[in-house]
Amino acid sequence: MNLKKQFMEGLLTQNPVLVQVLGMCSTMAITTSFFNGLGMGVAVTIILTLSNVIISAIRKIVPDKIRIAMFIVVIAGFVTCVDLLIQAFVPALASSLGVFIPLIVVNCIILGRAESFSYKNGVAASFFDGIFQGIGYTAVLLVMCIIREFLGAGTFGGGLLGVEQKGIQILPSQFPIGVLKLPVGGFLVLAALIAAMQWALAKSKNKEESK
Amino acid sequence: MDQIYEILAISLGAILANNFIFSQFLGCCPFLGVSKKVDTAVGMGIAVTFVMGLASAVCYVVNRFVLTRFGLEYMQTVAFILVIAALVQFIEMFLQKSMPSLYTALGVYLPLITTNCAVLGVVLLNVQNNYNFISSVVYGITGGLGFLLAIVLFASIRERLVFADYPKCWDGFPIALVTAGLMALAFMGFSGLKIW
Repeated sequence: MNLKKQFMEGLLTQNPVLVQVLGMCSTMAITTSFFNGLGMGVAVTIILTLSNVIISAIRKIVPDKIRIAMFIVVIAGFVTCVDLLIQAFVPALASSLGVFIPLIVVNCIILGRAESFSYKNGVAASFFDGIFQGIGYTAVLLVMCIIREFLGAGTFGGGLLGVEQKGIQILPSQFPIGVLKLPVGGFLVLAALIAAMQWALAKSKNKEESK
Repeated sequence: MDQIYEILAISLGAILANNFIFSQFLGCCPFLGVSKKVDTAVGMGIAVTFVMGLASAVCYVVNRFVLTRFGLEYMQTVAFILVIAALVQFIEMFLQKSMPSLYTALGVYLPLITTNCAVLGVVLLNVQNNYNFISSVVYGITGGLGFLLAIVLFASIRERLVFADYPKCWDGFPIALVTAGLMALAFMGFSGLKIW
C-alpha cells in the first residue's frame, strides 16, 4: 500500500473526472456556485469512502454474477442516508442540488471504483482510495465552480457567506460572461480543463522520456 | 382538454427546450461514450427511450401503490434503482429470446442503461413534479426521444470531426465537449418556445 502514490493518482494522474472521465453529469450540472461544488464534493467523498469499505469487506462472499446489483444496493443505501441527512441539516444545499443528490447512485465514479478497485483490494486500501478519489473529484468541482462563478458572474464563494446565493463581487457586474453560468459554460469549462490536463500529462511524459 | 395541453407542453419541453442532455445534464456518460458512430448512437437512443418509458410507468405504480401507501417515501432511490435494474435485465432476456437481431445490435449498451442517470433522473423528476400516470409515461418517452435526437445529431457531427484541425491536447473528450457545448447553445434557442 503506497499512500503517497494513491494520493497523487487520485488528485492528478488518475483523477476521476479529468483523466478517467467519469461522473460528468454532476460535474457539469451543479458547478455554478462554490457552495454547491463543495457540498456535492463532500457528499460524494463520504459515500465513495463508505461504499468502498463495505464493498471491499464483502467482496469474498458476493458471487461474481450478481456483484453489480450488490454494489448498487450498497451505494443506494448510503446515498439515501446522505440525502436524508442533507435534507435535515442543510436544506439550502438540498434545494439547490435537487435531483442530483439521489442521482449519486448512478454516478459512474462510485460504481467504477467499486468495480476496478475495491472489489480487488483490501479494506484499508479501499478506504484511502475512496478518500483520495473523492478529494480529486472535489478539487475538480471547486476549480470549475471558481472559474464559472468568477467569469460568469464576477463573484467568488457564492453561498458560503450565508444561504442566499451571492458571493463577493470582484469584477464589476457589467463585465462577466453570463453564458458561462448556463449549461453551455459547463461543457466548455470542463473541455478546457480536460485539455489542460492532457497537455500537462503529455508534457511530463515527454520529459521523462528525454531523461 | 387540460391533459392534452399538459402532454403537449411536457413533450415539447422534454424534446427541445429542456432537453435532458443539453439543459439538465442527465445521461452525459453514454452521450459522450457511445456517440462515435451514428449506427450505435441510434441503437442506444432507441434502447434508452424504451427503458425510460417503461421505467416511468413501472416506477409510478411502485411509488403510488407501494411506497406512498406504506409511508416508505424515503426508500424511493433504492426502490427505483432496483426496479430499473430488474427492468433492464428483463428486457435483455426478453430481447434475447424473441428479437435476437435487435439484441445483438444493442449488445453491451443494454446493461449500461441501468447506470444511465437519465433513466433514474426521469423517474425522480416525475415524482418531484407530481405527474399523474399518463404525464409520467409521456415525460419518460419524450425525454428519451430528446436523448435520441441529441445523441444522433452529436454522433453525426463527431464523425465529421475527423477532418477538423485542432491542437493535439484537445483530442478525444475535450473537442467532443466543445461540440456538445455549441449544440447546447443552439438548443438554448428553443427555450422561449410556447405552444399557443
